[in-house]
Amino acid sequence: MATLPPKLQDVLDTFDMFPDRADRTNMLLSYADQFREVPPEVATRPFDASHQVPQCESDAYVWAMKEPDGTLRLHFAVENPSGVSAKALAAILDRTLSGLPAEEVANVDCSIVERVFRQNISMGKGMGLMAMVNAVQALARRASRS
Amino acid sequence: MWVFQTEKHHMSASIEEKGYARHEVLASTDWVAEHLEDPAVRHIESNEDTLLYAAGHIPGAVHVDWTSDLNDQIRRDYITREGFEGLMSRIGATPETTVVFYGDKNNWWACYAFWVFQLFGHKNARVMDGGRVKWEKEGRPLTREVPSYPRAQYTASDRSDKAERAFRDDVLAHMQAKGQLVDVRSPEEYAGTRMHMPDYPNEGALRGGHIPGARSIPWARAINPEDGTFKTAAELRKIYVDEKGLTPGEPTVTYCRIGERSSHTWFALKYLLGFPNVRNYDGSWTEWGNMVNVPIEK
Repeated sequence: MATLPPKLQDVLDTFDMFPDRADRTNMLLSYADQFREVPPEVATRPFDASHQVPQCESDAYVWAMKEPDGTLRLHFAVENPSGVSAKALAAILDRTLSGLPAEEVANVDCSIVERVFRQNISMGKGMGLMAMVNAVQALARRASRS
Repeated sequence: MWVFQTEKHHMSASIEEKGYARHEVLASTDWVAEHLEDPAVRHIESNEDTLLYAAGHIPGAVHVDWTSDLNDQIRRDYITREGFEGLMSRIGATPETTVVFYGDKNNWWACYAFWVFQLFGHKNARVMDGGRVKWEKEGRPLTREVPSYPRAQYTASDRSDKAERAFRDDVLAHMQAKGQLVDVRSPEEYAGTRMHMPDYPNEGALRGGHIPGARSIPWARAINPEDGTFKTAAELRKIYVDEKGLTPGEPTVTYCRIGERSSHTWFALKYLLGFPNVRNYDGSWTEWGNMVNVPIEK
């Protein structure tokens, strides 16, 4: 596995320090509370279907804007009001990956989902959350080639 | 806006008007709102998404998790009498307490919890029609405050599986006798072209298909998708009886993958349509699709 960006590694290490389910739930909720929706200058409703994350029941969308210096800025929308897990993951990805070169973002794969959510990953959520990371990875790969 | 909502509310039929055999097993969101502080009532949230209760729940509602609270932690089985007594003590419920279940996914897990409670004979049980989605859409209050109730004394009888639960040997005999079987999974799972729910991971069955003779009636057909409420008795009868040919008086077994989606259909058939003999086969496809030498149809 490629080396993860340091900020993301820090978040994963912090989650690893809290095996208790209630602690992890609170940490995930606090990330979900920090979720900020895609700003209108990047996208407005109805969102372009090409940005929709497949298989995600929370109806999530992702955008990756390449800055002139080659770094990426990630943006998300989560249309399902019950999409707490999707919002938490989006906030984590934004906080830890936005501002990094596209090549580094492209190294992050969906195996991080299990490390973040562990026993909080409900049956129907896992596939959608992994699809969110895959979508970010695909956008980062495309951006790194352009 | 308020007037519009009020008019809309009056346009939809009340639960009593929906023609159910046992309408008292459903509670409306209005009823729940009026009983938030009723000490004789305990509201219970049961979800698939383990973060949802912590993210916000009906004020005063307790959380009952299907994996950690209702399942035995070693065997593939449900909690014992002692486990159930402990659970009820924790949520401050006595045998007289009316428990009202609600949750995500159109009350899928709420019905599952309701079903497990029936194995212990807790009859004072209801499901909030529409579940979380209706409560949220109506803009009703949610809180993150986790309530604490004084521990209650609850004496339960031993778990009795006979009336509501079917085991593999029961199902095999039922199938051989050409009894009514309802497969509530997706059409693709029923056909054996898919080994798991759409968008869900494969949870391990070696063979695909369905139990011979089972009729395919996906569970969510019982629901109005816009607000998560159950369809009226007339609409349900049209699906289960007229279209799919079930005979209400005949013994019926429902199944899915591990018995959760099928507890939703069990609830609809038993209480809403009044089928007198319905059992849920919780072994379901994860057992049947792995058993050696049982018949499978594709």
